[in-house]
Amino acid sequence: MTQEQFSSRPTEQQDVQEEDLAPAAQGQSAGVDDLLDEIDGVLERNAEEFVRGFVQKGGQ
Amino acid sequence: MSVHRVVGLETEYGVLAPSTPGASSTLLSAQVVNAYAATIRSGYGHLAGTRWDYTDETPLSDARGFNQPRALAHPSQLTDEPRELTAAEIALAGGDARAGDTLYAEEEPEEHVLMNMVLGNGARLYVDHAHPEYSSPETTNPADAVLWDQAGDRVVLAAARRIEQSPGFAPVLLYKNNTDNKSVSYGAHENYLMPRSVPFGDIAAGLIPFFATRQVFCGSGRVGRGSMGSAAGFQVSQRADFFEAEVGLETTIRRPIVNTRDEPHAVWDKYRRLHVIIGDANMGQVSTYLRTGTTALVLSLIEAGSVPDLALRHPVAALQAISHDPTLRTTVELLDGRRLRAIDIQRVYLEAARTHCAATGADDPMTADVLERWGSTLDTLSSDVFGAASSVDWVAKYQLMQGYRDRHGLGWNDARIGLMDLQWADIRPEKGLYHRLAARGMMETLWSEEQIAHAVSHPPEDTRAYFRGRALSQYPEDVVAASWDAVLFSVPGRAGVQRVATLEPQRGTRALVGELFDASHSISEFLERLRA
Repeated sequence: MTQEQFSSRPTEQQDVQEEDLAPAAQGQSAGVDDLLDEIDGVLERNAEEFVRGFVQKGGQ
Repeated sequence: MSVHRVVGLETEYGVLAPSTPGASSTLLSAQVVNAYAATIRSGYGHLAGTRWDYTDETPLSDARGFNQPRALAHPSQLTDEPRELTAAEIALAGGDARAGDTLYAEEEPEEHVLMNMVLGNGARLYVDHAHPEYSSPETTNPADAVLWDQAGDRVVLAAARRIEQSPGFAPVLLYKNNTDNKSVSYGAHENYLMPRSVPFGDIAAGLIPFFATRQVFCGSGRVGRGSMGSAAGFQVSQRADFFEAEVGLETTIRRPIVNTRDEPHAVWDKYRRLHVIIGDANMGQVSTYLRTGTTALVLSLIEAGSVPDLALRHPVAALQAISHDPTLRTTVELLDGRRLRAIDIQRVYLEAARTHCAATGADDPMTADVLERWGSTLDTLSSDVFGAASSVDWVAKYQLMQGYRDRHGLGWNDARIGLMDLQWADIRPEKGLYHRLAARGMMETLWSEEQIAHAVSHPPEDTRAYFRGRALSQYPEDVVAASWDAVLFSVPGRAGVQRVATLEPQRGTRALVGELFDASHSISEFLERLRA
């Protein structure tokens, strides 16, 4: 159940599914690619510091 | 047997003022509530703020038939006490966060920091320990639950914008997520009205396998594993790693898959309010819709005695194992020795719901729609996980992160991936990654922005939330407090407070009291006619 398996072998019938997945994934990811093109401008600066500074107190 | 059931959703938002590190989260949460009160008083929308009535709160009442002694309760369980800021919290805030300056000091000279509000849409906005929390008004179906849940995101966004525009105040950012990856988790709760006649043991037994597995279509996705998120990787659910028990009363410690808080906020011997604490806060409308709709169906199965005979051997471990495998191929063991995937277990529930709906003639469009989406989502997840990216939150998030990792050759433990995880849930449309994706038409929606904006200031029309919301909008100066099961009025010239009980969640509707409101009587005449 590694992440690598997930990205490269979406199902147990990976031979068939990988063929099928490619075009579908391209269509699906057009908008994702579009967002990835500009994501560095959207993300907060100093990722490490920002993530470290996100500290919450308990909740329910 | 249908998806129609009284339901309300609660969201505790993560809260942060990046320019004032260490600011008290309670104080920041209070700023959000007070900023929203200021927004209302400025005439944005027809909303009013009012105090909460704690009379009928019983957070230590356990559905298994006993009460937890107050002395043994964790302080966070005492939700029936009004929360006030302590001097220490005010001092801790320092910097720009000025307690006592409530943003609307001119209108409210008593320098009282507002910790609770009831809104014109029937919702409650308040400070829950260290988070701003929005509790939606009571709705009668999953689509409406989504609408008023989304309205909550717009409510707190309006508050954050107000703070940002207030000189001297540090901007406050809000996140619809469930953990800070530093051991802390906060919840997104669901509440379902049920008949009290259903034995609680049956409810717990029927729900545990369902709750351990429903995350496959309504998880919000999380980077990192364990309460500190220290083990690298992506998992399906935000909340899974924070659960330790199968059944219990607590919500902040020893979190149980099925919570036993018995606080019906309704006629006690007729109803119970099932308080669900295991869900993730969903940015996506379809994930919220499926989470609520499928749960309503499973509750109907339990009530009818038709719930599938499934029992997990190790429910908490199964919940976490399923969350830790985004391929969804992990199997978990049942008491009868079988090993099934989460998708397979969900299919057993789905088939039982289909059969029962057919047998009982439940063929209304929304029930049919939930059944259809439930089935098609499971089919898609089974054959091609990414095929569900436009409707299932964790899949959409995973796909975006995977794309970014591929571009830059990053591991899951890179800080930029951690930032994407957090910023996915930023409620600001210009900064939140969910919102950026949705703006490109990449996330399926059920409601338009216009409909959500309307729900910010209008209550559902088919529950008691209608009475509560309209009373606040129409008689804001006469409502002194409100809660789920009462609205308290002060009538000029009359001594004392007049309490109108609203113990029946499906009364107080537009059909019953709409005309009375429309007649625009004085408050005294309104109350006289209401009681006539």
